[in-house]
Amino acid sequence: MTLSEVTHVSGSLGNFQVTIRQKPRYVDMEKCIACGLCAEKCPKKVDDPFNAGMGKRKAAYIPYGQAVPLKYAIDPEHCIYLTRGKCRACEKFCPTGAVNFEDEERTVTVNVGAVIAAPGFRTFDPQGLDVYGYGSVRDVVTSLEYERLLASNGPHMGHLIRPSDHEEPRKIAWIQCVGSRNINRCDNPYCSGVCCMYAIKQALVTAEHLNGGEVEQAVFYMDVRSHGKEFERYYESAKEKGVRFIQARPHSISPGEKGKGAVLEYVTRDGRPVREDFDLVVLSVGLEAPGNAEDLARTLGIDLNESRFARTSGFSPVAATRPGIFVTGAFQSPKDIPQSVTEASTAACEAARALAAARGTQAREKTYPQERDVCGEKPVIGVFVCSCGINIANTVDVQAVADYARTLPHVAHVENNLFTCSADTQNLIARKIQELGLNRIVIAACTPRTHEPLFQDTLREAGLNPYLVEMANIRNQNAWVHQQDREKATEKAKDQVRMAVAKAALNEPLHRLKVNVIQRALVIGGGVAGMNAALALADQGYPVTLVEKSDRLGGNAWKLITNDAGEPVEPYLEALIRRVNEHPRIGVHTRTTLRSVTGSVGNFHGILEEGGAEKEIRFGVAVLATGARESEPAEYLYGQDPRVLTHQQFDTLLRERPEAAGQARSAVFIQCVGSREPERPYCSRVCCTHSVKAALRLKEANPEMDVYVLYRDMRTYGERERLYQEARRRGILFIQYGLDAKPHVEKDGADLFVTVTDPILGRPLKIPADYLVLAAAMVPHDTADLVEMFKCGTNADGFFTEAHPKLRPVDLSVDGLFVAGLCHYPKPMDESIAQAGAAASRAAVVLARDEMLLDAVKSFVTEKCDGCALCVDVCPYQAIRLDTVEETGRPTRRIVTDPALCKGCGLCAATCPKGGVMVHGFTLNQLEAQVEAALGKAV
Amino acid sequence: MNHDPSGSVLVVGGGIAGMQAALDLADSGYRVHLVERTAAIGGAMAQLDKTFPTNDCAM
Repeated sequence: MTLSEVTHVSGSLGNFQVTIRQKPRYVDMEKCIACGLCAEKCPKKVDDPFNAGMGKRKAAYIPYGQAVPLKYAIDPEHCIYLTRGKCRACEKFCPTGAVNFEDEERTVTVNVGAVIAAPGFRTFDPQGLDVYGYGSVRDVVTSLEYERLLASNGPHMGHLIRPSDHEEPRKIAWIQCVGSRNINRCDNPYCSGVCCMYAIKQALVTAEHLNGGEVEQAVFYMDVRSHGKEFERYYESAKEKGVRFIQARPHSISPGEKGKGAVLEYVTRDGRPVREDFDLVVLSVGLEAPGNAEDLARTLGIDLNESRFARTSGFSPVAATRPGIFVTGAFQSPKDIPQSVTEASTAACEAARALAAARGTQAREKTYPQERDVCGEKPVIGVFVCSCGINIANTVDVQAVADYARTLPHVAHVENNLFTCSADTQNLIARKIQELGLNRIVIAACTPRTHEPLFQDTLREAGLNPYLVEMANIRNQNAWVHQQDREKATEKAKDQVRMAVAKAALNEPLHRLKVNVIQRALVIGGGVAGMNAALALADQGYPVTLVEKSDRLGGNAWKLITNDAGEPVEPYLEALIRRVNEHPRIGVHTRTTLRSVTGSVGNFHGILEEGGAEKEIRFGVAVLATGARESEPAEYLYGQDPRVLTHQQFDTLLRERPEAAGQARSAVFIQCVGSREPERPYCSRVCCTHSVKAALRLKEANPEMDVYVLYRDMRTYGERERLYQEARRRGILFIQYGLDAKPHVEKDGADLFVTVTDPILGRPLKIPADYLVLAAAMVPHDTADLVEMFKCGTNADGFFTEAHPKLRPVDLSVDGLFVAGLCHYPKPMDESIAQAGAAASRAAVVLARDEMLLDAVKSFVTEKCDGCALCVDVCPYQAIRLDTVEETGRPTRRIVTDPALCKGCGLCAATCPKGGVMVHGFTLNQLEAQVEAALGKAV
Repeated sequence: MNHDPSGSVLVVGGGIAGMQAALDLADSGYRVHLVERTAAIGGAMAQLDKTFPTNDCAM
């Protein structure tokens, strides 16, 4: 439901009544074919919000070219007819009669069991803060505006120019923490957590958007926070590529000469004032809760926290304060894309868990008519040639192509459509299939990558097998690349159609293989992540086998005192373990490892070794939650002096002998011990916050104690920033050091001293330390055996590699495998818990059905196979194995393909010298027919 | 908790978070109502040019 807002929520978990107000669109979505004529004819220009107000759109609009639904809307605040009663140009020119000025606001009530709120964020508006010059200096833009300047669908088609004179900027500055980490001029004390990385990305991609030549990028920062997976390497690569990182906040921004560019004034760390000219300045604006956060919270009946984000607990990170309402995305707290996608799945998991008893009761499966058997029928082909508005028709003479198609063998019907993908054309195609008995369809239009599923669905609705459609891409592969030569483009389109018709004539109905799904999960690792994943799946009704290598559940959490929200870990952990142990659907196996695995998604078969005995298990999915451990430092007198401890050791001390810590006169924390070093070039993410928490605990025990934190960049991201502020308020001293001047630890008599150069004084400080606490890097456990068994992968640091870093952050590259917790990357407990829920949600998608459909485009073995096995090695998916079969009384070697593993790539068919293995839908016959047609022979 | 819960879920917001939550639920047997304030789903990510570290087009 677009243009809609929730206005009221009553009821309770399991049974909410939600009232939704749907504003009028003034365009009938059923009729609109997105031809764009309404916008073309609309006389009213409006600032385009999609382009952050740069550039214009019309009052009749689509938000952007790739919008879903791709249907126009009329903006009632700007439409001339709706505001002043005259015009209706769009209505007059709309070819389908879709414009409807009688459209009215509607109120809809739905009954739901749970609500997930993901309203997003707004960016900080720097308008009111004169120090940044935004609004008064023309060449100062926000990072969102800069993003639009870079975008190929932006106001300048991705060609970077600055606002003042439309010249290319050659020297660009980014100012970080605009509207974040600031309690002086705005009320956002938290860190937005995303700006460092987007600024680095913008700096790096800038060069691609200029017409060659030199470019200078400078980033003004407080701390660079590249604490995510692969982020530190990205930051390092930016430094290598010449991006300057300057630790300073410009105090004044004024217009450059003749009002072009900007002059920044700042003071360097050593106290030198600098004036520097830039062509363009980008303000890295932070994220805030949406403007209507309070209204939304009131409507949903949930609480916000002091930062206006939804209030949650670190132990149930997506549960809002009202049962049955879950929050996710940046509304939960500011976060980046992978974390948003992850926690979206977490919210889905929590909703599914709460409503498990009702699963499947309201889901609707689409039904299709009985498939017509076309075997034995001669090909009767229908060809549909698309104009794609003017996209194809401006370059290709579509009428000539349609006329030509009529002359091709087996072609019984040809049509040219304005948009072959529109809803009314689907009805037309289905009608023609039934009226004329068409049994093969050729669509000459755009790419099958985006549109084949649509046409396959149309065939199914008309009672044909979906694999009887063939597409000729006369848009992307023709009209778009040959705009200068209409005649040749038309000839090429005819060739493409001829080839498609030749292949379509040989298309056979294909059937998707159904495989049974074993609706049971294996979870490897009994830490907080593994236990949460197991519980989330078991609560949804799926049996779970939980395997833990050591002799007890709990993992690293046993060593923690509180989570980042300050909630005590131990009671939570004990309750969690109890629930896992008592859950009727969870089988817990401690001192157990997985020895071997065969099979694929839906059907894995494994051998467990439990206390020397082997046990077979079958499962449909697996969640890997094998964890990580604190590394052992090799510097700073660790292991040589009992006062030098790691984080976990110090936490143990604080818990077991709190009085010892309270009696100490001084304590020093050293950050990045073994992290962000050449041999381990990643940030361990949790240590800054952990040190701050431990330092605060010491100050609380003994306010007189001198507490120092020696750091490189403080990375208390998100709302953890408040802890850092609290620590400074309490008098904890933070001293920055660089990799080239690391602290020095020595013993002087019985006393321990840390020497570090103070960057502001420029002098060495010698600090006595009763305790020296090292923020030792977090390293993953060895997972080489799991990687080998499952054929999944790890990155250079040994953490499991996800299928896509942004869009599939908890799926591994092997179908049916999911990841949670520290084995994916170091993270605090709330994020491990969230990721465990996300992994469970993704796993439940597979487990929800007792059988799953595989794609029909799969390799198959023919009788010509003689077992030479050349294809076995080239298959990238290990989907082919060699087998010996009894044939006419003697053993014969043959290959066997596993359709569950095969992705239909065709490498086997291309390698086979004798046609012994082929791919359905792309058989040698079909390809030959296509090639011969390409060479001019109509077959 | 209601003894006879509804098998439907309401998702407020059609950005990446809302869409992902809706897809997961629909794929695992729940009916989803997705409510979006603007004329199209996609949210803020659609406004981004490229995304790091892969430099994939955000669209």
